[in-house]
Amino acid sequence: MKVVLQDLTKKFPGRGKNAQQEVVAVDGFTFEIPDGKLVGLLGPSGCGKSTTLNLLCGLLKPTSGKIFFGEDDVTGLPAEKRGVGLVFQNYALYPHLTVLQNILFPLQNLRGRERPAKEEMLRRAKEAADLVQIGELLDRRPSELSGGQQQRVAIARALVKMPRVLLLDEPLSNLDARLRLQTREEIRRIQRETGITTVFVTHDQDEAMSISDIIVVMKNGVVQQIDKPQAVYDDPSNLFVAQFLGTPPIHVFNGRVEGGRLYIGNQAVLPAPGLPDQPVTAAVRPEGFALDEQGPLACNLTRVEIMGRDISVVCTHPDCENTAIRAIISAENRVDTAQPTVRFSLKPGKVFLFTADTQARLRPAQEG
Amino acid sequence: MEKNNLKGWLYLLPAALFLGFFLVYPLIDVFVYSFEEGYNSASQTYFGVGLYNYGYVLHDPYFLQAVKNTFLLVAITVPLSTCLALLISMGLSAIPRLQKLYQTIYFLPYVTNTLAVGLVFMILFKKTAYTDGLINLLINRFGGASVDFIDGPYWAKMFVLCFYTIWVVLPFKILILTSALASVNRDYYNAAKVDGTPAWRIFTRITLPMISPTVFYLVITGFIGAFKAYSDAVALFGTDLNAAGMNTIVGYVYDMLYGNSGGYPSYASAAAILLFAIVLTITCINLLVSKKHVHYS
Repeated sequence: MKVVLQDLTKKFPGRGKNAQQEVVAVDGFTFEIPDGKLVGLLGPSGCGKSTTLNLLCGLLKPTSGKIFFGEDDVTGLPAEKRGVGLVFQNYALYPHLTVLQNILFPLQNLRGRERPAKEEMLRRAKEAADLVQIGELLDRRPSELSGGQQQRVAIARALVKMPRVLLLDEPLSNLDARLRLQTREEIRRIQRETGITTVFVTHDQDEAMSISDIIVVMKNGVVQQIDKPQAVYDDPSNLFVAQFLGTPPIHVFNGRVEGGRLYIGNQAVLPAPGLPDQPVTAAVRPEGFALDEQGPLACNLTRVEIMGRDISVVCTHPDCENTAIRAIISAENRVDTAQPTVRFSLKPGKVFLFTADTQARLRPAQEG
Repeated sequence: MEKNNLKGWLYLLPAALFLGFFLVYPLIDVFVYSFEEGYNSASQTYFGVGLYNYGYVLHDPYFLQAVKNTFLLVAITVPLSTCLALLISMGLSAIPRLQKLYQTIYFLPYVTNTLAVGLVFMILFKKTAYTDGLINLLINRFGGASVDFIDGPYWAKMFVLCFYTIWVVLPFKILILTSALASVNRDYYNAAKVDGTPAWRIFTRITLPMISPTVFYLVITGFIGAFKAYSDAVALFGTDLNAAGMNTIVGYVYDMLYGNSGGYPSYASAAAILLFAIVLTITCINLLVSKKHVHYS
């Protein structure tokens, strides 16, 4: 089932002192989710991603704009008629019901012709439980389950009525680090097996990058970029996207373009053909630094951290907005820690230029 | 470890002393009195020890009347007031505007003096030489005959007593239930909504189990409170409850001690112990029933 959002906008009335001022939670969101894809809505808290999810599942009504599931306009449909499965951040499992009763709950809500026979319900509930691999926990109460198991029960409950669209709100945020890795693979597997179009919300870029087919980066209710994970990483549309994705985070330098060259401090570090002279913000990925004794970028060496697979060189530069630069270079390199400075050259494909004021992307004529 | 234990006991001591003097000792004492036949509090003497007091009380028509009244009161007011309170607090939680105002209004009877409420009930229900009372005027309006609610037939008096009791206990229950309802995580309702759960099913399968500990608390305290009812009957029917046929068990105990026919601490003790046994039994039954239906998260 493809999902289409058309100029979707949600405004909330202001409260208290700001009663006159509306809060625009989602602003003109237009996007088409292809059938059977896993889409990650990514952004910092307060960016409108959860609001978008609530608009999709019908718990909130949009101020303007339309939502289509396939060819059906579902904008005016109440939540229960949309055929969505929703997994809540805290799972919202009914604590007084067993796992099986929880999974059966949506089926028992069905009335009339839609209501399956008792055995059929049981079969479907068991099928959903097996899909998320909790088949042997059916008689337990939610409080007797681990966080990861509760998560699976919540997914099973959302899947059991065979929703057209599956929505997950911060599905991994309540899990510990190891479980998180495991569960995100699991979500990917379940989504592949069922082929249900899935939208999940996260503030964790790792999560979004690792399992999404498509990432939607949002900020203050406005979509910043929609693309495949690698494309968003390799080709950010503005400084916010560049900064939001990647660990360690991208390094931001105040620089300028002069005569077709990028200057950081007084050093010309890269060619920037075709760009007019102007102050710019240059963002360099941690892996964009190459150790080079003749390199143009001189940094004050703080320390070197050996990570085994690679080395991270921690250093500072007066024009860098980050408190410390963390350059990641391969472990074959040797850094002379006795020297006070370390020199780098920059890899063109890992350096992005943005206008200093609007922070929109600047693209040199033949970058890379 | 030993030292810590000692400290713990030391901290408990003041409360333990008070409870011992004013609660445990009297309890034991009442129990003892109830077996002492013909006890005289002035001379501190008695004739013998046995079950005579219990026999007397259980054959006293006034006591049997009081037991009947009390059981009727409990059976009618506890379920009715709890259901009504639930209904009203559900309504209160559903209205987004002026909720605080309505909550205050519904809570007002709780801070109003019992006797003042009794007076208002008198005006509503009492038949005097000058007027039949507001309720009777209403009944007349719809073509019914006047009923004397205060000095009339038994059912009318029982009706007023139950009405009064429910009116008095309702605000507290509403207050407790509204806060219980407010503490249920909204996500459960959202989840139910996305799954298309019908309203009645949301109520029985989600809301009710979620607030079941609170409901259970209200039922238990409601039972105990209703079994101990006395002042309500006095406010409506005056102090000579035996004559009005509206006495309660606690009223009977009081009358046995201090009433016009009083001065029999042994009978009073036996009646009190019987009340204790009744309340204990009912509470135990409640606890057993609750095991199956109350969900503590």
